[in-house]
Amino acid sequence: MEKDVSISGYRRKDGRVGIRNHLLVIPTVVCVNGVVNRVGRAVPEAVCAPHGHGCGRGGERDLTILFRVLSGMIRHPNVGAAVVIGLGCEVSNTQTLLSLLGDIGKPLAVLNVQEEGGSLKTADRAIGTAREFLEELADARREPADWNDLLVSVECGGSDAMSGVTANVAVGAVADLLVDRGATVMFGENTEMIGAAHILARRAVNGEVARKITEMTDRAETLTRTVMGDMAGLVISPGNMDGGMSTIAEKSLGCIVKGGTRPVMDVVDYGETPKVRGLVLQDGPGYDADSMAGFAAAGSQLMLFSTGRGTPAGFTAVPVIKVASNSALYRSMNDDMDINAGSIVEGTSLEALRDDMVAYMTDVINGKLTKSEKNGMDVFTFMTVNPPF
Amino acid sequence: MADSVLVIHENDNVAVALRDLEAGEEALFRGKILATALERVPAGHKVAICEIERGGEIIKYGEPVGISTAVIRRGAWVHTHNLESGRWKRT
Repeated sequence: MEKDVSISGYRRKDGRVGIRNHLLVIPTVVCVNGVVNRVGRAVPEAVCAPHGHGCGRGGERDLTILFRVLSGMIRHPNVGAAVVIGLGCEVSNTQTLLSLLGDIGKPLAVLNVQEEGGSLKTADRAIGTAREFLEELADARREPADWNDLLVSVECGGSDAMSGVTANVAVGAVADLLVDRGATVMFGENTEMIGAAHILARRAVNGEVARKITEMTDRAETLTRTVMGDMAGLVISPGNMDGGMSTIAEKSLGCIVKGGTRPVMDVVDYGETPKVRGLVLQDGPGYDADSMAGFAAAGSQLMLFSTGRGTPAGFTAVPVIKVASNSALYRSMNDDMDINAGSIVEGTSLEALRDDMVAYMTDVINGKLTKSEKNGMDVFTFMTVNPPF
Repeated sequence: MADSVLVIHENDNVAVALRDLEAGEEALFRGKILATALERVPAGHKVAICEIERGGEIIKYGEPVGISTAVIRRGAWVHTHNLESGRWKRT
C-alpha cells in the first residue's frame, strides 16, 4: 500500500529540517518595501516578503506578534539565508530583532536604509549580498529526513458547501497519517471552533490542554460577539445553511475535521513553535493569510490548504498544497489547484484520495514545486490586534 | 455506480448527498443502499440513514451536530426544519 515514503531535507544547525533552501529578503517595516522589491527584481531567485507592518502600533501584544513573526520567518527551516532590510527609526528595529534572533546558524545580513545612505545604496548592497548568499546556498545538499522532523499545518479558506464533506475530510485523513508517522500537525482558526469546543476539549490529551481549548474558544466567541454584535450569528450564515449546514457545531466540525481525529496534544499561541509532537492547535484567527503566518512563524515547513470557491494564495518560503473541494473548481482553476478532493463525488474512495495526497505531498517535501510556488502566488502578512496610532 | 452519498464517520446517522437526490432515489454508499430519499435532498445536505426519534441526536463527523425536533424517518432530508442547535438558537 505505502510506496516510497522516504523524505529528504536540509538539516539546520538548530536541529530542524527545511524542505526548501530559500534566500529570504524581508523588511522590518513597510517603509522599506521598495528596497526589497528592487532586490527581488534584480535577484529573482530570492524569496521576497514585503509586508504592511513594523511600526505605528505599540501595544504589548502587537509587539510580541511582530517580533515573533519576523524572527520566526528568518529562523524558518525552509530559509537557508536571510537579508533583512531595516529603516532605522521603526518599532521593529533591527537592533531589537537581532538581539532576539541571537545566533541563527545561517548566513544573515542586516542593512538599515538610514545608515546606508538611502534606498538605492541599500538595494545595491543587498543585491550583492543576496547573490553571494545564493552561491553559498547552491552548495547545500539534501539529506535523509524523518517524518517527525515535519510540522505540517492545515488551513481552509474560500470554503464552499463541499469543503467540510470532501476536502477537509481528506485533509483530516492525511493529518491522521502524518501524526501516526510521528509528524506534528497544527491547525488554528479559533473562530471556526465555536460550537465545537467541547468536542475538541474531549479529545485533549489531559485536563490542562482541555482547559486551554475552552479558554481559547471562549475568547474567540466573546471577541466575535464584541466585534460583530448582532451579526455574530452570521458566523453561520444563510449561505452556509443553503449549503446544507444546519448548526454552528456542524459548520465548525466541518472545519476542524481537517485536523483529523488524533488526540490534541497542546494549544500554542499565535506563531509559537509547538514543543510536543502530534496534533496541536494554534490560537490564531480564521483569516487565511494571517493564520498561515502564524503557522509559518512557528516553523511549519508545509501546509495543506482546502478551498471550495478557489483561492490561489500560497505563503512566503512555505509550499502550500491546494486541495479543491469540488471538481468544477479543480478544472476551472487548474493552474492553482494541486489536488482534486471532488473526485470523492465521482467515486474515488477516501482512502485512495488520501494515498494520492500523501504521494503528492511526499514529492513536494522532496522538492517538487506546488502550483502556488510555480506561479509565485506567495503572500506575506500577519495578524495585528490593535488599530495603528 | 458512483456513490450518491458520503457517510463521513461510521457512527453517523446521517449521510451527505454528493449530488441532488430526488424523492425515490437511492442513497448509495460503497455499493450499499443506505436509504431511499423520501423527498428532495440537495447536494451537500443531510439525509437520515436510520430512523431518529424526536429529541435524538443528529450525528455527523461522529459527533452530535443537533437535536431532532420531530421523528425523522430513514430517507428524510435533515435540516433546520427538523433539528435544532443546542446553542445560538435562531430567533
